[in-house]
Amino acid sequence: MKILVTVSEVAEADDEFEIDGLSIDDRYLTYDLNEWDDYAIEEAVQISESHDDVEVVTVTVGPERAEETIRQGLAKGADRAVRVWDDKLDDVELVDSATKARLLAGVAREEDPDLVLSGVQTADMAFGSTGVALASELGYEWGAVVNQLDLEDDVASVHRELEGGVEELTEVELPAVLTIQTGINEPRYASLRGIRQAQSKPLDVKSPADLGVELDQSVLSLTSLEEPETESDVDLFEGSADDTAEELATLLREKGVEA
Amino acid sequence: MSDVLAVTEHRRGDLRDESFELITAGRELADGSDGDLHLAVISGDVDDFADELNREGVDAIHTVDRGEEFNHDIYRQVTEQLADEIDAQYIVAPHSVNGLDYAPAVAQTLGYPLVTDIVDADAEGGLSVTRELYNGKTEADVEVDSERAFVTVRPGEWDATEGDGSATVEAFDAAIDEEQVRSTVTGFEEVGAGDVDISEAEVLVSVGRGIEEEDNLDIIFDLAEALDATVSSSRPIVDNGWLPQDRQVGQSGKKVTPEVYIAVGISGAVQHVAGMKGAETIIAINNDPSAPIYDIADYGIVDDLFDVVPALTEQFE
Ligand SMILES: Cc1cc2nc3c(=O)[nH]c(=O)nc-3n(C[C@H](O)[C@H](O)[C@H](O)COP(=O)(O)OP(=O)(O)OC[C@H]3O[C@@H](n4cnc5c(N)ncnc54)[C@H](O)[C@@H]3O)c2cc1C
Repeated sequence: MKILVTVSEVAEADDEFEIDGLSIDDRYLTYDLNEWDDYAIEEAVQISESHDDVEVVTVTVGPERAEETIRQGLAKGADRAVRVWDDKLDDVELVDSATKARLLAGVAREEDPDLVLSGVQTADMAFGSTGVALASELGYEWGAVVNQLDLEDDVASVHRELEGGVEELTEVELPAVLTIQTGINEPRYASLRGIRQAQSKPLDVKSPADLGVELDQSVLSLTSLEEPETESDVDLFEGSADDTAEELATLLREKGVEA
Repeated sequence: MSDVLAVTEHRRGDLRDESFELITAGRELADGSDGDLHLAVISGDVDDFADELNREGVDAIHTVDRGEEFNHDIYRQVTEQLADEIDAQYIVAPHSVNGLDYAPAVAQTLGYPLVTDIVDADAEGGLSVTRELYNGKTEADVEVDSERAFVTVRPGEWDATEGDGSATVEAFDAAIDEEQVRSTVTGFEEVGAGDVDISEAEVLVSVGRGIEEEDNLDIIFDLAEALDATVSSSRPIVDNGWLPQDRQVGQSGKKVTPEVYIAVGISGAVQHVAGMKGAETIIAINNDPSAPIYDIADYGIVDDLFDVVPALTEQFE
């Protein structure tokens, strides 16, 4: 059995940051493994540990910088990785999920996995649509926002986490793409040995052309990027922790809060 | 080709609030291109739902009486066929867990660009939408360079449409390909109730990932005790297994409306805010001044929680 895990690198902005044109100035960005994908990797690795003959391959649409993040997945137990990129994408402010899905599908067609695990969304852009778009592109079945997964032969029994503490129980025919929700498992930390081994695991780099995918002109373009204006006028207490705590205590007492 | 198709949502016998907000958002888009607003009502008690949804601004309601609950393979096929039938310029759906479960598939097959989780839209002379980027820290305007598009709208951003309407209601004869229905919903499960009901609390001290370690929760419980408050949390605390699921505030947790909500080390992600924006007074303790929690907080202390929380507890001892 083969499991393909889509892995994204996400950008996190510092507490204080500056916007440079249509993106956050790179000096204020830190890149890391997307939280949701961490859970997807863990789910795949756990399946490979509890079943015979399971290969876990990760696939990333991302520039060379993302290789550090990709190695994290390998260190946590994925067997090998594929990265897809084209320099043309460097200038695209917002890569839409259709484009990502087509690139990922190019790799999926070569790998022919039984199961694809994606994260529900990326933390930074949060479109939440790549996994299901990929399923559609491949003609696979799918399930979004999965927080429990059991595999039986060619069916995945999943719980989909709906709103308000309700879960939907669904049987999904394989091959399928499942988007994985946080909390489904406990992602491991990479061991030192894992980190060492990751360095020698295969990480293939492909271009869209290698995959027979032609990139269209991006249909989404940013026209502005701003820090949102605060809707409520937040009253900030300033000073030392003792001072602010005292001010807040006074406020709380006014509101009738007290043991 | 100027009409808008809005796909409504229901669960276990009730229309969801988002469906009525969708009418407002859909009408706005339709006005931008002088088009009609069509609603799709798929599965469940479609006639009752259609009645309830027949509100101001809706031109036509198409019902598909098939099955009781949401199934993405059915929603997908019906939405694609309806969009084709009415030659929809824009398709709208709620940015909900089920919306996420079919919108991308429909968009991909129909070749409609998809923009999810929009908070604003302008359809005068082409479509431009507003959404957050970078974890809610920035807001972006996105121009969609296409005649057609599929957008999912953030719950709570458009007011529900209330006034009565005079839409035509018609059963749509969808041709469902059973071969393409490859998933089956077998039931629902509810997260079990624990010993405390956070939705009953008047004062909540709510803790987020800023607390860093399980052991550090002590300072949160100490504060809650000093204030005679109840402890709740954001999702990562529950995901980590540090607190039981019934303490989670938010979209997939509980909705709370206490007198006072103190968010400690919580960034204020949209799914968290969905569960607590109804609190009377919101107080944030977060050392990141750009954290979105400050967009909805009434009071705040931009400082290290490990300094502020113990100092606050001391004030009440
Ligand atoms: C389908 C779906 C459903 C979801 N449902 C929910 C839900 O029901 N509830 C929910 O909460 N989330 C939910 N989420 C997750 C949500 O998107 C966020 O990931 C989550 O709310 C983040 O939790 P947080 O604010 O605790 O953590 P973070 O976003 O990591 O924020 C931690 C904050 O702590 C601050 N901080 C760090 N150290 C300190 C310090 N020493 N002093 C002061 N401040 C500090 C940081 O500045 C930061 O702002 C859902 C997501 C999805 C996709």
